[in-house]
Amino acid sequence: MTFKATLLAGTATALIALAGMAVADGHATHPVTGDVLASDQSFTYRVLDDFPSIDPQLIQDVSGSEVARDLFEGLMNEDAEGNVIPGVATGYEVSEDGLVYTFTLREDAKWSDGVQVTAQQFVDGIKRAADPATASEYAWFLGVTGIVNAEAVTAGEMPVDALGVRAIDDLTLEITIDAPRPYFPQTTTFPTLFPARLDVIEANGDDWTDPANIVSNGAYVLEEYVPQERLVRVRNEMYWNNDATIIDQVTALIINDENAALTRYLAGELDMTDIPAGQFPRLSEEYPDQAISFPNSCSYYYMFNLSDSGLEALQDVRVRQALSMAVDRDIIVDNVLAGGQRAAYTFTHWAIPGWEVPDIPMANMTQAERNEQAKALIAEAGYGEDNPLEVEIVYNTSDSHRAIAVAISQMWKQTLGVEATLANQEWATYLDTRGEQNYEIARGGWCADYAEPSTYLDLFTTTSSYNDGKYSNAEVDALMQEAKLSEDPLPLYQRVEEIAAADAAIIPIYHYASVRMMSANLENWPTENLLQNWYSRDLYISASE
Amino acid sequence: MFSFIVRRIAVAIPTLLILILISFVLMFAAPGGPFTNERPLPEAVMNNVMERYGLDDPYPVQMFNYVKNIVLHFDFGPSFQYRDRTVNDVIAQGFPVTLTYGFWSFVVAIGVGVSLGVAAAIRHNSWLDYLAVGISIGAQVLPNFVMAPILLLVFTLWLGWLPGGGWNGGQWNYVIMPVIALSTSYMASIARITRSSMLEVLNSGFIRTAKAKGLPMRRIIWRHALKPAMLPVLSYLGPAFVAMITGSVVVDVYFSTGGIGQFFVNSAFNRDYSVIMGITILVGALTILFNLLVDIAYAWIDPKIRY
Repeated sequence: MTFKATLLAGTATALIALAGMAVADGHATHPVTGDVLASDQSFTYRVLDDFPSIDPQLIQDVSGSEVARDLFEGLMNEDAEGNVIPGVATGYEVSEDGLVYTFTLREDAKWSDGVQVTAQQFVDGIKRAADPATASEYAWFLGVTGIVNAEAVTAGEMPVDALGVRAIDDLTLEITIDAPRPYFPQTTTFPTLFPARLDVIEANGDDWTDPANIVSNGAYVLEEYVPQERLVRVRNEMYWNNDATIIDQVTALIINDENAALTRYLAGELDMTDIPAGQFPRLSEEYPDQAISFPNSCSYYYMFNLSDSGLEALQDVRVRQALSMAVDRDIIVDNVLAGGQRAAYTFTHWAIPGWEVPDIPMANMTQAERNEQAKALIAEAGYGEDNPLEVEIVYNTSDSHRAIAVAISQMWKQTLGVEATLANQEWATYLDTRGEQNYEIARGGWCADYAEPSTYLDLFTTTSSYNDGKYSNAEVDALMQEAKLSEDPLPLYQRVEEIAAADAAIIPIYHYASVRMMSANLENWPTENLLQNWYSRDLYISASE
Repeated sequence: MFSFIVRRIAVAIPTLLILILISFVLMFAAPGGPFTNERPLPEAVMNNVMERYGLDDPYPVQMFNYVKNIVLHFDFGPSFQYRDRTVNDVIAQGFPVTLTYGFWSFVVAIGVGVSLGVAAAIRHNSWLDYLAVGISIGAQVLPNFVMAPILLLVFTLWLGWLPGGGWNGGQWNYVIMPVIALSTSYMASIARITRSSMLEVLNSGFIRTAKAKGLPMRRIIWRHALKPAMLPVLSYLGPAFVAMITGSVVVDVYFSTGGIGQFFVNSAFNRDYSVIMGITILVGALTILFNLLVDIAYAWIDPKIRY
C-alpha cells in the first residue's frame, strides 16, 4: 500500500483540482495522484460493536464519531495529518486575548433536504449538548472546549441561553471560551459541536436518526441502518463539495468477533479490519501489501493504588521503581503483542504532534541494568526471598490483558521474587474497583481526546477525576496549571513526565498501534492522523493493477 | 383440561413477578451501572442522565414503575446503552431474526435427531447404530463456539459458497450456517434420547404382541412405538425450543445475525437494565408458555395422563 495521504492534504486547491475528475482511457483517474479509479467506489469496514447512538450530540464513542463525521460536518475538519482545516466554516478569527472565536460559514453549505446550514443551527447543536434535558453523557466534553458557562448549564445552575455561543447573522458564529485554549478549533471537529436541526428533531423525537427521518449536512446521508448488523451511507447530493467526493457508498459491518471479521476480510467481504493480537507477524508475511501498523494515540499502563486503602508496600517509591524497572517492555511489545506497538517509559504517546519524549534514565538502560537496579531497590525496601512482596493485579477480562499480566507477573517473580496474583474482572466491575480504589495494582489504558500532551498528563493532577491511582504531587499540579497559560508548555510537560517517572507514579508499558488489514486498493487512509479522525470523502478505491 | 390451562396461566403471573423481582435484585447488586465509564462522568452529567431514566428513584419505586409501564402501555422502557432505541425496538428488531434461525434449527434438530435415534434403535448394535451414536457424541462434544469459526473457514473462506455473516433480511444463504451451528448439539441430544427411549419401547410387551400378531415392522414403528417413545423427547423439546428461539450468543457473535442472544449477554455487561429485564421477561414468558404446551401435548400422546 502506498500512502499518498500527504499529497492530498485536503487543502482547498486539491479539492478544486478534484472537482474536474480526469478521464483517461475511459477510466476516471484521481486528480492528484493520477491513480486509475475502480468503477465500484464502495468501502466496507468492520466495527466491533453496534453504535450506542448516531445522534451527534449524544455520541461518545469512536465508531459513532466516524459515522457522524461522514453524515454531518462541523465548523472545522481535519486533514490527513490531523491539522485543522475549513469545514462548514471557511475560517475563523480569534480575539487578541484568545477568548472569542468568530467563525465565518460558507454560503453553499446545505442540509440533505436543501435547507441552508446557518450559524443558529450550530448554536442549537451546542445548546442541545449542554442542556440537562438532553442528558448527553458527552456533555462533559463542552468543559474541555472551555465554552463559557457550559458546565454550569449542564449542572442546571444556569439557563441554556447563558452559554457562550451566539449567531451574529446566518453566516457568522461567535463562541466565547473561558481561557485561551490553543486546541479549541480542533474541538469543533467533534460531533458534540455539530449543527442540529431542531425542526427535524422535534418532529421525530428519538426516531429522528432513523434513515427515513434523518437530515444531515455532511458528504453522506444515511441509507440503511440495521442495528447489530450494518450501517450504510451513500452520497449526499446536496453536499457543497459533493463533486470532489469519490467514494459512493460506505458500509460499516458490525462484527463482534475479531477472528470472524478477519476471516470475512480474507474472503473479500471487507476492505478493512483489525488484526487480532499476535497475528501481525504472520499476516504481514503473507499479505505484505495489506497488513499495516501505525501509531494510535493510546497508552497502556499499570496504576498503583496510592490512596490510604492501597497496599502499604506500594507507598514506598523504591518498591514502585523496582516493579517498573523489572518489566521488560521489549518482550511485551515484540513477543506478546507483536504488532508494531512501542515500549513506553513515559505516559504521553510518543507520536503526539510537537511532543518530545524527555530523557528518562530508565529508558537508556539495558534490561540487565534495570533488573540489577530493581533488585537493589527492592532489597533496600526490605523485601526479598525471606519476605516476598505479595501484590494483586486487577485487569478487565480480555485475552491480551491476561497475556500481559502473566508476562509481567513472571518478570516480577524471576527478578524480584514478587508473588503476584492475577484477578480479572468484568468491565463494569473493574471500573468500579478502580474508581473506588479497591485494588493494589490495576491495568489502565488511556486515549487522547485531543492531540496535545495535557490530554494524558492531566491524569497526574490531584484533582483529576480520572486519576484512579490517587497519585498526588504539588509540583506536578503547579506545573500543569502553569502549562495551561504558557506560550511554550513543552518543557513543563517534559518536567511533569520526569517527576512522574522519578516517583514511579504509574508503570508505563507500551504505546498503542493500530494494527490492521487494509485492502491494497483502498487509498488515502490518513495513517498520519494520530487520533484517526478519518473522513470517507477523502478516500478512494484504485483499480486493481 | 380447560381448568388446568386456566390454573397454569394464573400461576404464570406470580412466577413472572418473582422473576422480575429476582432479576431486579441481582441487577442492582452488581457493581457499576449503565453509565459507568472509563472516564467517570462529572456529577452534574451523571445526575442529568440518572434523572432522565428515573434511576435516582428508590429501587422499589423503579420496579413498580417498570411493571406499571409494561402492564398499562406494554412499554419496556428505553435502552440505556443504545440511546436512539427503546427495548421494544431492540426486541422487535432482534426477536424475528432469532425466531427464524431458531425455528429452522428446531426443525433440523428434530428431523435429523429423531431419524438418527430411531434408525439406531431399530438396527441396535449394527454399524448404523454405532455410526449414529458416533455422530451424536461427536456433535455433542463439539461446542458451537468451535464449530462456528470452522464453518466460517470452510464455507466462506475456502469454498466461498456462503456469506460470512449478516442477516440480509433472512435470505436463505445467510441462515444456513447459524442453523447448523445452533442445531447440532440439540440434534445430538434428541438422537440420544430417542434412541434409548425407542430401545426401551421396542423391548416392551405390547410391541412383542404386535410382532406376534404378524404386523409389519414399519407399521409397528410408526403406529405403535414412535408415539410412546417420544414422551421423554417431548419433555426435552419444550425448554430446547425456547432456548433455540431466544437465540444463541455464539451464533449472533460469530455470524453477526443481529438476534437477541447477544443482547442477553451484552446487556448484562453494559448494565443496560431495561434490556436485561425485557429479554428476561420475554424468555421467562416463553418458557412458561412452552412448558404448558408440552404438558398439553403429553395428554394428547399418552392417554394415561389426565389433568
